[in-house]
Amino acid sequence: MDELKLYTYIAVFGSFGLYFAIAWWARASSTSEFYAAGGNISPLLNGMAIGADWMSAASFISMAGLIAFLGYGGSVFLMGWTGGYVLLAMLLAPYMRKHGKFTVPEFIYDRYDSKTARIVAVICLIIASLTYIIGQMKGVGVAFSQFLEVDYGLGLGIGMVVVWVYAVMGGMKGITYTQIAQYCVLIFAYTVPAIFISLQLTGNPIPQLGLGSTLADGSGVYLLDKLDQVVTDLGFKEYTTDNMGGSLNMFAYTMTLMIGTAGLPHVIMRFFTVPSVKAARSSAGYALVFIALLYTVAPAVGAMARLNLMNTIEPEPGQNLVYEERPKWFKDWEKTGLLKFEDKNGDGKIQYVADEQRNEMVKVDRDIMVLANPAIANLPFWVIALVAAGGLAAALSTAAGLLLAISSSISHDLMKGVLKPDLSEKNELRISRLVMTISIVIAGWLGLHPPGFAAGTVALAFGLAAASIFPVLMMGIFSKKISGKGAVAGMCAGIGITMLYVFQHKGIMFISGTDFLGDMEPNWFFGISPNAFGVIGAIVNFAVAFAVTKVTGDASPKIQQLVENFRMPGEVGKAHHH
Amino acid sequence: MADNSQNETDKSGYWRENLRLIFICLIIWFVVSFGFGLILVEPLNEIRLGGYKLGFWFAQQGSIYTFVALIFWYSHKMNQLDKKYGVEEEDQ
Repeated sequence: MDELKLYTYIAVFGSFGLYFAIAWWARASSTSEFYAAGGNISPLLNGMAIGADWMSAASFISMAGLIAFLGYGGSVFLMGWTGGYVLLAMLLAPYMRKHGKFTVPEFIYDRYDSKTARIVAVICLIIASLTYIIGQMKGVGVAFSQFLEVDYGLGLGIGMVVVWVYAVMGGMKGITYTQIAQYCVLIFAYTVPAIFISLQLTGNPIPQLGLGSTLADGSGVYLLDKLDQVVTDLGFKEYTTDNMGGSLNMFAYTMTLMIGTAGLPHVIMRFFTVPSVKAARSSAGYALVFIALLYTVAPAVGAMARLNLMNTIEPEPGQNLVYEERPKWFKDWEKTGLLKFEDKNGDGKIQYVADEQRNEMVKVDRDIMVLANPAIANLPFWVIALVAAGGLAAALSTAAGLLLAISSSISHDLMKGVLKPDLSEKNELRISRLVMTISIVIAGWLGLHPPGFAAGTVALAFGLAAASIFPVLMMGIFSKKISGKGAVAGMCAGIGITMLYVFQHKGIMFISGTDFLGDMEPNWFFGISPNAFGVIGAIVNFAVAFAVTKVTGDASPKIQQLVENFRMPGEVGKAHHH
Repeated sequence: MADNSQNETDKSGYWRENLRLIFICLIIWFVVSFGFGLILVEPLNEIRLGGYKLGFWFAQQGSIYTFVALIFWYSHKMNQLDKKYGVEEEDQ
């Protein structure tokens, strides 16, 4: 075993040991602990747990790579996945915490006084969460197979066992404390390589400042100007202005990600774990601080990785790298098939240009930008080993949160809420653990046999949450009148039109050939890509819910009283005691 | 009865002030991200912030810092509002 592998094993299995120890220490013994960690997590710790819950394999592995190749267009992910927390903090979290229940469908049931609304919400939740979890399982398999050269399936299996142990045993309580540990692992693993690379390139150890600094080579040229020049010289679009599919598409995409973020149940659930309304507000702030630590570093990682890659292949204009002299990381990634070279003009040198006829880097997978970054920059082995542990922490922590959202909606909302209201607490807990186990097996199976739509799944999850759950929660709090019938019609219309739009461009259940309009820009509604369509679904949801309520009558006075109660913190009637 | 109607005005006053605060926050939220980062990005890119073009900086850095500040400012103002209306919660 070489030295790098040894370090990687120590980092990965050391971190697993830590999660197990925490899980044993934080076992759940009641439904309150299992669903909401007993409701007494401090806002700061909850913020940290939200950070890990939220930042998935997509944030850790894929995002910087997306930005590296999309440039300015990648801003939709940065703004979209952070701006949603402003909406959560002001529009949803405090009132849902005040109401004080365990799950999102339960809140919808109480507010709309409708079992149908609860069941529709459970279905929307399961569709959004399950599509999201496949991506995490794939992330686990990829991390294992690429860093430890373990078989993809075996790696996935190890990941499943690890999640099973701490999520089933500890419920929300165990998940909370492991997520706190996972946040520390992942942020350390993300920022340390970034600091090294920023120092190398610009001499500034803070990546956020390094990105705006001059290069350390003494030329006095700003890093971003250099990058703009290097990529445009080779025929690519200018890095700092390339706007992915036009401004309207970027606008819709950003908005979809923002309201999708605010509507994802596994994130909202975390706000039920804090002791008060005040704590719910501030923990959204802490959560965004912890998330911003990674999200403001990511654009620096993306730009610097792109520049390093370009410089490796063509150190001076016209002085291209000779293929036989390529560095070790290049060979390693060629083996995985994520990097591919084809000597089209037969000169033995590598040409990497925008023109497809002449471009010889026929495949550069975006995901390798974060994973290969430390190696491209010649960083020490222990730093590379950390990246593996960090990627796994990101994938596992999000998977656990999603599993809890799914299992609680089935055991608490469907079983206890609808099918068997006389279920004892002990049996509910048992069913919840059983459902979670089954969910892990299904998620693992889907990760092993990713359906054709796996690539589009994470983006789809946001669109679905944006079009179904967010509008219903927001209307439930900000309008006293919207009724159960309105909510059900709104959710069905919102999620229906979004799925229809995605399917007509990407194929029914993403089976290619069944797309009846074709995945072509001219066929898009106002040029909005299917991934960005959730915001339109949300508008439809609002409009339909409003119209149906107008026709069928407002919510009952009892419900309107309930809304008044959860709009204000503290006990009702306490106001005249001061 | 008097107590009850007093309570009603309290409630609607609290909610009105909260809505006003949310409205202000969401305008800032919209301006720094969709405004500076997307709609006005081209004119702002004429201005430089070190090596950053300003519009690009808002889209990839500035909007995120503003979001963080907004949430803490909103929390702070709401805590004051809770006190004003006598509905503040005990710290645990």
